[in-house]
Amino acid sequence: MSRQANRGTESKKMSSELFTLTYGALVTQLCKDYENDEDVNKQLDKMGYNIGVRLIEDFLARSNVGRCHDFRETADVIAKVAFKMYLGITPSITNWSPAGDEFSLILENNPLVDFVELPDNHSSLIYSNLLCGVLRGALEMVQMAVDVKFVQDTLKGDGVTEIRMRFIKRIEDNLPAGEE
Amino acid sequence: MADEALFLLLHNEMVTGVYKSAEQGEVVSDRCVLLAGEHGFRVGQGLIERFTKDTARFKDELDIMKFICKDFWTTVFKKQIDNLRTNHQGIYVLQDNKFRLLTQMSSGKQYLDHAPKVFHRRLGIFVEDKIL
Repeated sequence: MSRQANRGTESKKMSSELFTLTYGALVTQLCKDYENDEDVNKQLDKMGYNIGVRLIEDFLARSNVGRCHDFRETADVIAKVAFKMYLGITPSITNWSPAGDEFSLILENNPLVDFVELPDNHSSLIYSNLLCGVLRGALEMVQMAVDVKFVQDTLKGDGVTEIRMRFIKRIEDNLPAGEE
Repeated sequence: MADEALFLLLHNEMVTGVYKSAEQGEVVSDRCVLLAGEHGFRVGQGLIERFTKDTARFKDELDIMKFICKDFWTTVFKKQIDNLRTNHQGIYVLQDNKFRLLTQMSSGKQYLDHAPKVFHRRLGIFVEDKIL
């Protein structure tokens, strides 16, 4: 009887563990393939970008979010809808720049790093760098060029994980020549 | 709790990555299959360890296969195995009519030669040494 009850919560946990373990296998493999952490970081960012440009379509199809009118709205949607939908967490938004073009996402816990420890010889590895690529790729598809980077990481001993997002510019649609 | 869409996209990227690193000069595609299988193996081991730590030991091979077909498969692929056959001499055939990782590829012949790559990785997830 109790075995049945256990299975329900177990299988939910396992789905997130499957994702965490899969991501861990990916990072491990990249560390083997590339000699230095910088290259691994770049590769994670690139893969994240490829995921992001596709993920945005899934996101727009499933959420009922309309066009965002400014960067603040974008921040809200990212934290309260997107992160919740895909990773089951809701980061908080803080540290807005005076111009309103930069903010931080604070993650109390990061599902990607469950069971993970960084060994000493990989101190400049940005383990969750895939997330930066995903955000960058997804936003590019909705005409926003942004810069995304980690500024704090629990894996490196910080208390929280902090992702800094900076708005660069709006990407104008380029019409092919002759189609004015 | 990671969403399925995100997981599928991550998985696709990984498969593409493994095969891209092979195209640069390496001829043997078996190596890619092996590598993809290794990924899956590592993931599978970790999953099984956590999933079975509170459950009783498996009595025999058939018990393991039933566990894989029902509980494990349901958790990883959200459904049970459709058909299990055996020759009672150590060979088991698991049939899944709607393999989640391939459903988005299966319509259209152009993807047929890529499908095995995805599948081999998934095969690596099975861990048989839990008999202990």
